Amino acid sequence: MEHSDILVNIQNLSKLFPVGGGIFRHSDVFVHAVSGFNLQIKRGESVGLVGESGCGKSTTGKLLTRLLDPTEGKIEIASEQGVIDIASLRGKKLKTFRRNVQMIFQDPYESMNPRLTIYDTVAEPLNVQGIGTITEREARITELLETVGLTPAASFLFRYPHELSGGQRQRVAIARALIISPLFVVADEPTSMLDVSVRTGVMHLMQDLATNLNVTYLYITHDLAVARYMCNRIAVMYLGKLVELAETEELLQHAQHPYTKALLSAVPVPDPTYKRSAVEIKGGISKPINPEPRCRFYDRCPLADDSCRDNPHPELEDKGDQHFVACHKI
Amino acid sequence: MTDNVLEVKNLTMHYMTRKGPVSAVDNISFSVARGESLGLVGESGCGKTSIALSLLKLLPDNADIKQGQILINSKNIVPLNYAEICKFRWKQISMIFQAAMNALNPVYTVEEQILEAMQEHLPHLSEAEMNQRVDELFGLVGLDPKFKNQYPHQYSGGMRQRAVIAMALSCEPDIIVADEPTTALDVIVQDALLKRIRKIQEKLNMAMIYISHNVAVIAEVSDRVGVMYAGNLVEMASTEAIFHRPIHPYTRGLMSAFPSIVGEKTKLVTLPGEPPDLLNPPTGCRYHPRCPYATAICSQEAPEYREHGAQHFAACWHPGGEA
Repeated sequence: MEHSDILVNIQNLSKLFPVGGGIFRHSDVFVHAVSGFNLQIKRGESVGLVGESGCGKSTTGKLLTRLLDPTEGKIEIASEQGVIDIASLRGKKLKTFRRNVQMIFQDPYESMNPRLTIYDTVAEPLNVQGIGTITEREARITELLETVGLTPAASFLFRYPHELSGGQRQRVAIARALIISPLFVVADEPTSMLDVSVRTGVMHLMQDLATNLNVTYLYITHDLAVARYMCNRIAVMYLGKLVELAETEELLQHAQHPYTKALLSAVPVPDPTYKRSAVEIKGGISKPINPEPRCRFYDRCPLADDSCRDNPHPELEDKGDQHFVACHKI
Repeated sequence: MTDNVLEVKNLTMHYMTRKGPVSAVDNISFSVARGESLGLVGESGCGKTSIALSLLKLLPDNADIKQGQILINSKNIVPLNYAEICKFRWKQISMIFQAAMNALNPVYTVEEQILEAMQEHLPHLSEAEMNQRVDELFGLVGLDPKFKNQYPHQYSGGMRQRAVIAMALSCEPDIIVADEPTTALDVIVQDALLKRIRKIQEKLNMAMIYISHNVAVIAEVSDRVGVMYAGNLVEMASTEAIFHRPIHPYTRGLMSAFPSIVGEKTKLVTLPGEPPDLLNPPTGCRYHPRCPYATAICSQEAPEYREHGAQHFAACWHPGGEA
């Protein structure tokens, strides 16, 4: 990978949430929601972050947009002003940085202020960043609404979110994220609330925008089938750790980590004659509260032995062709 | 046919709202035989949950069954009053709800809640027999009986859903209605539950109606599939036929819009437009504004729901895209 191609470089990112505690009492019990997370995202690439609920994928998304402050680690973004580590930004610099990174949320019903018109919703980032005059903003918003498929834009400008359907609202959310031409967009389950017939349209739209406007996505989802269509690479997360990372088709065809294999064989297939292989792992996902220094997947892993218990969680290793796996047994 | 546990004939149901009647279920007929699993698939607002609630008469006050019959073991339950329908619930027809946390009472243990249904409907059983039954039910759904004295909040999401299934099975119903029972769960838990539900249904030779918006889940649990759109049943056939030889344009669109992780990565099709507002449904065929094959007749007259091949029903003027 050429270094200059890398837009986002995440190094050793961690987020710990205290359990219990209070104003006067310091807690020494922590949920290790994200720990030792490393990932490089290239310009123009879409990376999928998949995993079960509670694996830390949404926390990662919020760290990257600085809606949460990381406990440790670096998030370097190659912006026009050079490479900035956003993990430690404060105040005015943080505000300027937000021009580069935007987020699309899961629920189009809750992520929009019901009292703002579509125009005001989409104009908000421009107001906050102080971009353009009123006329310029109007022109830009109209153009972008047309781009996201809300045509004719004039008929949508002064409507309220409740007057739109779920699919239309998610298009507004996409327009709002893209209005300030961010370098990087974190999309947290943007299509999971949408119906199948509407979902495909939104998926196509996001892909077209990636190509035409050169947007780089981190696409957070629990649905591997959707990730297959949206992403160039897929990263699989388990209890705060990345366990496997590879090109999309490579990961789906030649998964190596036992957790990824289990996840893949558990996905139902829309073909009644297709026979899936049996899921080999047992139990459910636990919480990473002060985890033992061993492989996080140890309790559920069909391959686990004493070396997995006695050694710390394995690092991601390149097994050839940029296929990274974190497992002692592979 | 005599082995039909459930028969629905020309069911039409409206929700009365301030803006006018919402036509949620429109002239739907189908039947389910003993030991058969019927999948109902459709998008949100297509009326699939409204059908489920009608079958148990759990509808809200503003719902109005305009016409039609619901025959459970040949008895029409539409005209029954509250006391009479209570005798049907649990014993003859029971339901697995979507949100397991809301379907369980937080202040009673799981065991107490299962016993409650049995005490009401199986009064001839002794206490020991009932307790033994609870243990059996726990085993059946894959829960360890040692958890039976715990409260719902001590259970994980998957365990709660298993408890709700155990409850629905407690009085040995003839037919069970499962409304999106795995939607809130992670894939690995979902996979275990789907296999379990299917196994129980086959083992007990129950009839089942499985409702989901997820085409792939429906493919796994159903013998036959009904596809719903905007309050209409648009196509119904064996699972194999629906997935491999769909004839209604909506079913075809739905199938090719659904992504899969296996097989060729085909281009996903986008259905134009949005599902209609049922306050004011389109005239004629309700799918015609989005249908690529629509002609003049489609907007004027609703197509008849009829057989197009062996046990392959559809309501379409241009089945298979023919003129």
